[in-house]
Amino acid sequence: MQVTMTVNDVEVTREIEGRLLLVHFLRDTLSLTGTHWGCDTSNCGTCVVWLDGEPVKSCTVLAAMADGHEVRTVEGLAKGAELDPIQEGFMQCHGLQCGFCTPGMMMTCRALLDKNPDPTDAEIREAISGQICRCTGYSTIVRSVRWASVHEAANK
Amino acid sequence: MTTVEEPKTTTFDDNDQKPVGFGRMLRKEDPRLLRGRGRFTDDVQLPGMLHLAILRSPFAHARVVSVDTSAAEASPGVKAVVTGETLKGLGLAWMPTLSNDVQAVLATDKVRFQGQEVAFVVAEDRYAARDALELIDVEYEVLDPVIDVRQALAPDAPLIRDDLEGKTNNHCFDWETGDADETEAVFARADVVVKQDIVYPRVHPAPMETCGAVADFDAVEGRLRLWSTTQAPHAHRTLYAIVAGLPEHKIQVIAPDIGGGFGNKVPIYPGYVCAIVGSIVTGKPVKWMEDRSENLISTGFARDYIMRGEIAATRDGKILAIRTNVLADHGAFNGTAAPVKYPAGFFGVFTGSYDIEAAYCKMTAVYTNKAPGGVAYACSFRITEAVYLVERIVDCLAAELQMDPAELRLKNFIQPDQFPYTTKTGWVYDSGNYEPTMRQAMEIAGYAELRREQEEKRARGELMGIGISFFTEAVGAGPRKNMDILGLGMADGCELRVHPTGKAVVRLSVKTQGQGHETTFAQIVAEEIGIPPADIEVVHGDTDQTPFGLGTYGSRSTPVSGAAAALVARKVRDKAQLIASAMLEVTVADLEWVKGSFQVKGDPAKAVTIQQIAMRAHGAGDLPDGVEGGLEAQICYNPSNLTYPHGAYICVVDIDPGTAQVKVRRFIAVDDCGTRINPMIIEGQVHGGLTDGVGMALMEMISFDEDGNCLGASLMDYLIPTSLEVPDWETGYTVTPSPHHPIGAKGVGESATVGSPPAIVNAVVDALQPYGVRHADMPLTPSRVWDAMRGRATPPI
Repeated sequence: MQVTMTVNDVEVTREIEGRLLLVHFLRDTLSLTGTHWGCDTSNCGTCVVWLDGEPVKSCTVLAAMADGHEVRTVEGLAKGAELDPIQEGFMQCHGLQCGFCTPGMMMTCRALLDKNPDPTDAEIREAISGQICRCTGYSTIVRSVRWASVHEAANK
Repeated sequence: MTTVEEPKTTTFDDNDQKPVGFGRMLRKEDPRLLRGRGRFTDDVQLPGMLHLAILRSPFAHARVVSVDTSAAEASPGVKAVVTGETLKGLGLAWMPTLSNDVQAVLATDKVRFQGQEVAFVVAEDRYAARDALELIDVEYEVLDPVIDVRQALAPDAPLIRDDLEGKTNNHCFDWETGDADETEAVFARADVVVKQDIVYPRVHPAPMETCGAVADFDAVEGRLRLWSTTQAPHAHRTLYAIVAGLPEHKIQVIAPDIGGGFGNKVPIYPGYVCAIVGSIVTGKPVKWMEDRSENLISTGFARDYIMRGEIAATRDGKILAIRTNVLADHGAFNGTAAPVKYPAGFFGVFTGSYDIEAAYCKMTAVYTNKAPGGVAYACSFRITEAVYLVERIVDCLAAELQMDPAELRLKNFIQPDQFPYTTKTGWVYDSGNYEPTMRQAMEIAGYAELRREQEEKRARGELMGIGISFFTEAVGAGPRKNMDILGLGMADGCELRVHPTGKAVVRLSVKTQGQGHETTFAQIVAEEIGIPPADIEVVHGDTDQTPFGLGTYGSRSTPVSGAAAALVARKVRDKAQLIASAMLEVTVADLEWVKGSFQVKGDPAKAVTIQQIAMRAHGAGDLPDGVEGGLEAQICYNPSNLTYPHGAYICVVDIDPGTAQVKVRRFIAVDDCGTRINPMIIEGQVHGGLTDGVGMALMEMISFDEDGNCLGASLMDYLIPTSLEVPDWETGYTVTPSPHHPIGAKGVGESATVGSPPAIVNAVVDALQPYGVRHADMPLTPSRVWDAMRGRATPPI
């Protein structure tokens, strides 16, 4: 079947198998390997991307379901050379170690800040609670989001 | 000794402005990872690449009667189907494990655990390969499995390893340490003896990235390139050379970015070998990436020790002796990755941080119909189990003596003037100063105030617990005279090359899996030769690009490779000094090193920078007699001893009496890893380990039903802490440098995983004191805590 979708502001059309998962479409078909594949059961969240602005776990979304929709991945976070504040926050606060869960984490956290520019620590923990990081122990991820929140507010 | 205050999280150092030396520095690896530009094994895409999928056994123990691959071979897109019989013809059906046992690559005679590799398919894409697996018809004759480790040595137990000649039972090995008679004598005269059976259940490291490989064999050149998720690329390359008979110089093992390892990526798994065979058979590059279930059911598990702990003491709380008997479940093949002379890893440090008179351990390891492994999950070669044993049994003693557990520990610590301290099991602790570490943890926690709060809450029927653990680790394996893996000495090489413009490249044999080596090692070299870290490129994870060494596990990177990096930089600096003496026309003795320059003593205006020296080393003009051009050096570092980090951890829990749910309210970790290179990275390592601890203590367990079906085969069943199960970590530190490490650093990667589980369990047991609970086994899930509260706690396995 043929699907057409917008990925990181670029329209793409591809011939695919109906059963192809969105995560494999992004990684194998479009070579956007920043989105990772971690568990198959929607538990780990390394595969989180946005579908029409909402974070979804792309290991349990068919590529066909994104037909006609807008997808954004970690590759679409930075504006050219300029990092998104959430990326900058993760770097400044050591919010990543191995970096495998990080793209999914950042997509969720960016979506959180878009809806709630000044979240509490509890709200940040709630937002990322559907995802697993095996390295950081989460405190530094919470700090990273706070950093982005504070810096975005200061730059407005 | 260099220590740096950690700044508030909102102030930051800019990499480019960073002066030389240690301290908080942002990570050099972050920019690519933040942009989705990391390169993990599954990101590797090669022209014409095929995909491999593995058929696994649904049974824990069964004879393989026949394997019919004809339908699979006819499936669309399939390029090859390979069975154990095919591999047998190539002499590759079995491979050695890292513990001198053998493991089946693909089963030929029997399957010995659920999830064991039986056949593989290579096809044009992942989906076609999976489709074809469904079409392979395997006939099994199901056998009784050995699942309960306590029954493994029963006379009528089914024999698992009939592949081993002369094997008549499921015995794997016996091991002992310490002095049995001396320990018995001390126990006989002790005022107080406490015994406790303690289970450390089977858990799994479950890194976010599963294991996988891309093999690309060039038949014309006879050359193999293998991208794989390995923490030890050089050791793997040598073993592939030995096993497959490929010439070592024609094998390039590349460990690209790794999505967490925790020991899970130390062994050579059958899947790696299958990928290599797949590439040889098809003549194409072949990718194998396991899925999450495959990772959980077939790759290196951790722990699985059933321990009986005994402690002897005087009535006033002087610990005299510790004794333990261990039954170790090694699964179907002994796949433990420990130094050869240490089949139980470094469990011998079970005497902990205490000055005692005698100790003895007797261990029996057995085979069961479960996945192989044993040393993984940041365990520091079984020190996790050792620390859990000693810190649990010391708490049991405190309860028996009705002594405060902090006071009991303080009373028995090895004292600073006793270092280097030789334990009763023969380990030489290099340095330590335990009391200040313990006091700091108590101060951050507000220990006395917490005890008052607990008393008030108990009076109201609320369940609050305070748990302490104090650990000493042994990391940085190891001196090659007694530590090797399959005959490969545990030393590490390092090369440093300074380019004419004063930029440098340092090449390591170890490999980061998230620990930040590209930053830490640049800082180590910067500290020694005065080139800013931003100007130092760290190259690692590629056997064609780096010197030989044994890799990253057992917290050994900083203790071994970190020492190598410091010493190779000093070699370069020594040569730079010779060149500087010629440039400044003074003798070598007239020069002093001031971070980045050689200056004439007493005349600081007369100086040359390392960058100027580098240009001279490569440039025009004469060099001193006997000095070659260039500015580079290479060494292979063999540590003279392990390093022994320590730490004091305090955990505060609240338990809901109505649901038995444990909530970790606070966790205080004070670590001493010697000289601190990058405090930000150290804190991150500690946070991650503490989270592992919460997982093991409260949530994680790989269990099996009586037929040997793995009950933890997905992340829906194997529960890993999320942001909601862990508190905001509180950390502190003390600094006791290692006397034999060139910069005094000790390693920290596993400290928190080792130290935190007993603190959490001790806190839960402390909270349950009103119920008369003295011990409850992990994982302390609500149902297990509920049972403990009702006096019917049973071991988890």
